[in-house]
Amino acid sequence: MLKFTEDHEWLKIEDGVAIVGITAHAAGQLGDLVFVQLPDAGAHITKGAGAAVVESVKAASDVYAPLDGEVVEINEAITEDPSLVNADPMGKGWFFKLKLADLSALDGLMDESAYMKLIG
Amino acid sequence: MSIEPRPVSTDPSAAPRSPSTSPPLKQTPLHALQLTLGARMVPFAGYEMPVQFAAGVLKEHLQVRGSAGLFDVSHMGQLVVRAKSGIAVDAARALELLVPVDILGLAAGRQRYALFTNASGGVLDDLMIANRGDHLLLVVNGACKEADEAYLRAMLSKTCEIERLDRALIALQGPKSGPALATLAPDCTDMNFMDVREIAILGHACVVARSGYTGEDGFEISTPASAAVEITEALLADPAVAPIGLGARDSLRLEAGLCLYGCELDDTTTPVEAALGWAISKARRAAGARAGGFPGAGVILGQLAHGAAKTRVGLRPEGRAPVRGGAPLFLSLEGGAPIGIVTSGGFGPSVDAPVAMSTVTTAYAATGTRLFAEVRGKRLPVAVAELTFVPHTYRRG
Repeated sequence: MLKFTEDHEWLKIEDGVAIVGITAHAAGQLGDLVFVQLPDAGAHITKGAGAAVVESVKAASDVYAPLDGEVVEINEAITEDPSLVNADPMGKGWFFKLKLADLSALDGLMDESAYMKLIG
Repeated sequence: MSIEPRPVSTDPSAAPRSPSTSPPLKQTPLHALQLTLGARMVPFAGYEMPVQFAAGVLKEHLQVRGSAGLFDVSHMGQLVVRAKSGIAVDAARALELLVPVDILGLAAGRQRYALFTNASGGVLDDLMIANRGDHLLLVVNGACKEADEAYLRAMLSKTCEIERLDRALIALQGPKSGPALATLAPDCTDMNFMDVREIAILGHACVVARSGYTGEDGFEISTPASAAVEITEALLADPAVAPIGLGARDSLRLEAGLCLYGCELDDTTTPVEAALGWAISKARRAAGARAGGFPGAGVILGQLAHGAAKTRVGLRPEGRAPVRGGAPLFLSLEGGAPIGIVTSGGFGPSVDAPVAMSTVTTAYAATGTRLFAEVRGKRLPVAVAELTFVPHTYRRG
């Protein structure tokens, strides 16, 4: 199952754990990333709160927690090489894995066609 | 996450404005062409200006350092100061009342960096002043140009005519800018850094200065507004030249250690505090032929003699996290009062690391001093560094 937020994050859900990243649209708008700061593994994050930070040459942007949950794994490859996010935002450029506190909360997110409509 | 375009600097004029209260954004003569070239536009200094093209800030920055880039800087002000007496030196003498710079000693065909100072020694604007023979040509910041023009009229109208030129201004910057311009204007080839010359480009009368805002060799070309598109298209036809937005302009000047008005310079910061003492000409210093005689001379010459309490320095963050403008600086990981503030900062694509400029208490300004910048509530170690993160490659004959 693939879900999207209005804040341009994607969630790929497998066995109650969501792999979270930013969309190709967001990566394109941000431009080449030069720095990524991820949450600590084990952190409990709350929907809407800042979970990660991405920076381009010009600007810093927050990546918000898409839902409540516990960070169970982070992708340190993107902190080593932020350009992975631009090159493969929905694959090798994933950010973290989130064990969701409430699976039914996924119902409030968009599916792919709704997200595509949002970004026009 | 927020992916809205943001202002490209802390220049106060770049702040987003409420559409209901602000006048419509102006457009430069290159506006339509830049849209066809894929520009992403943002409000800047009252204009709609390209922040980047399709390549993006990082690649545009490296394009300029490695080849050549073309910038539309037509939002900047171009002002002529001409002596009413018809005697050119009278204009130079008049302008010396407003800047701590030797204008009487500026040869025809040369330009000099200058600052309009105020009575307390602060900076109203920074600018270029060119001696064009029978007049002086001033190029001032876009965000300050109306205030500058009014100031010149208020201060110099008895002796000088002030004229605003509605011309375009194109900057061609980078190691391949010389060959690129030479194909259209062979006369530019033997120009040196800060030379200014009238040159016909495609039959249009242009004023070409060998200068810029990137640290690279390059040119700033004042063209008739009606010829700007034709000349720009001809320059861009060279495969070595690409269009560059304001985003890369800012990262390039930051790496080169060049001040941006509104960040490193403002009306409460003196030239000495901004580490621009070099711009104060010998003739205008304490023992000079025309010592003082500009606004704030007492403060500025006093600081030159005895030092200022704060100064501008470069910063190299130890980690990979960029440290941006506004971050306070501390002496230790915890506690204590700030001893400075970051004025501009970001990622330097040519340095391949974060770089920043800051104002710090002079006691902590020595290169290598370890300080801590507060970013998102955490104090990150940074080292005081030289102001130029990349060597300047100006053509000095």
